[in-house]
Amino acid sequence: MLTAFIFISPVLVYNIIFRIAPIFVSLYLSFTKFSGFGSAKLIGLVNYSRIFGDTQFWSAVLRTLQFSVEVLPLNMLLSLLLALLVNTGLKGMSVFRAIYYLPVVTPMVAASMIWLWLYDPQIGILNFLLSLFNIPPQNFLRSPATAMHSIVAMRVWRGAGWNMLIYLAGLQGISRNLYEAAAIDGASAFKRFLKITLPLLRPVHIYVLIVGLISTLQSFTEMYVMTSGGPLESTTTVGLLIYRAAFDYMDMGYASAMSFILGLIIMTLSVVSFTWRREKEVAE
Amino acid sequence: MKKLKRLRVIFLLLIAAVVMGSPFFWMAISSLKPNAELFSWPPTFVPRHLTLDHYTTALTTRGFERYFLNSAVVSLISMAFNLVFCSLAGYAFARLDFPLKNFLFLLLLSTMMIPVQVTLIPTFLMVKSFPLAGGNNIFGQGGTGLLNTYAGLVVPHIMSVFGVFIMRQFYMQFPRELSEAARIDGAREISIFTRIFLPLGKPAMSALAIFTFTQAWDDFLWPLVVTSDRNMRTLQLGLEVFKNRYTADWGPLMAATTVSILPVILIFVVFQRYFTDTALSSGIK
Repeated sequence: MLTAFIFISPVLVYNIIFRIAPIFVSLYLSFTKFSGFGSAKLIGLVNYSRIFGDTQFWSAVLRTLQFSVEVLPLNMLLSLLLALLVNTGLKGMSVFRAIYYLPVVTPMVAASMIWLWLYDPQIGILNFLLSLFNIPPQNFLRSPATAMHSIVAMRVWRGAGWNMLIYLAGLQGISRNLYEAAAIDGASAFKRFLKITLPLLRPVHIYVLIVGLISTLQSFTEMYVMTSGGPLESTTTVGLLIYRAAFDYMDMGYASAMSFILGLIIMTLSVVSFTWRREKEVAE
Repeated sequence: MKKLKRLRVIFLLLIAAVVMGSPFFWMAISSLKPNAELFSWPPTFVPRHLTLDHYTTALTTRGFERYFLNSAVVSLISMAFNLVFCSLAGYAFARLDFPLKNFLFLLLLSTMMIPVQVTLIPTFLMVKSFPLAGGNNIFGQGGTGLLNTYAGLVVPHIMSVFGVFIMRQFYMQFPRELSEAARIDGAREISIFTRIFLPLGKPAMSALAIFTFTQAWDDFLWPLVVTSDRNMRTLQLGLEVFKNRYTADWGPLMAATTVSILPVILIFVVFQRYFTDTALSSGIK
């Protein structure tokens, strides 16, 4: 027993200091005015009442949610399709699997730089490809109407490989007998997919959804690198707003209050998705 | 009929490979074209001339070597810490009995839900006011603490909860008898771990090594916050040198980007199987 505690204590102590204690420090700072230098001054609920009326913050929240709402279904669809393709078990499949997985290991900054180049309005390859179909050149990241969607496309590309593997694990867990029985009963391939594959993958869907929510709602790097939040704030996420408040304006109290609300949003949505999974399971 | 279906699958696989792989192709091709061709319209898919000029420019840009070195140091240190401490903790959670085991494990897992923004400011303050470092006094005031140091850079990466999770999942799969037999023979807990389970853990540890190396290599937000000294910046920040708000020095930027991806791609190609295992073990059990 002593051995066990020695084994876990470094990780436990580290995570208490650097993951759990910061929650309380953040909560405390959110009730203060603090520039990062000197001492924090308690000001009660001032930061929270300021957030309440801060339209810039709430539009960033909506924008971040919109980002998740666009990325997650597209990502799930693409990953599931890739997983189904890879699951066919042809020879040389590991090469395809590796290609689909490559964007996952690519650092976010590198991925952002590559797509910045693809999206270049004057000489980018995407506008050239569009011109082959007589589509007029797009401004992609330079137009408030398309900037966020352009980042969404990059994120879907970068994340699909990871979820593909998770779906693959799910697909391989489904018993072959089910498909054989359904085939004998005369169910078409599409119907088998709809009635067997999709429902049995539900735990995987929920898992992918929760992990995706947690990560997309914190998005920062791709916006910082590709657009710096512009044009006209159209890609300013909550993550970016918090960074600016804390490290550009040295308004750490207010930044902490914003990060706390972001944390609450993420926690609420994750718990809702999780209990939704539980309830569905109990109902069956 | 069967053959037709196979052809259809191969066709779809190829299309998907083109979509997923072409950004890399375009990056590599662009980094090898001379400027005249790089900016020509229509663009050429097979370059008429190949040149390494952009690589020379990128690699000799002031600070680039240093950025690369910093990234390598930070990633290797983080990886080493994770290998030691995640396997210890993962093993204990999988195979030893102690009070509050499930509670503590859930507590650790739940920290994965905390957004980086919540821990960012407190961690920054802790690093900045580390006592007796960077000109700080014993109360952590007066200096810069661990800002602009390797110690400060590795702090958020050294004991990944996901790493503990990978190791636990791995060690759970062995039968109980494996440890029981050794215990009956009177082996101490510590030698059961070092003699039996540590050698068995190689596949999971490879996955863990790769995972934690790439995590640290990939990080952008933390180095951005914790370094102001150009000499301590990492490669992910260094790429910004080739770009300004509206345009970029595309040739050298694509060359530098290629260089920044190469280490992780190399590791990925060599250890591909372990990469896959990492993701699979993170699935639902």
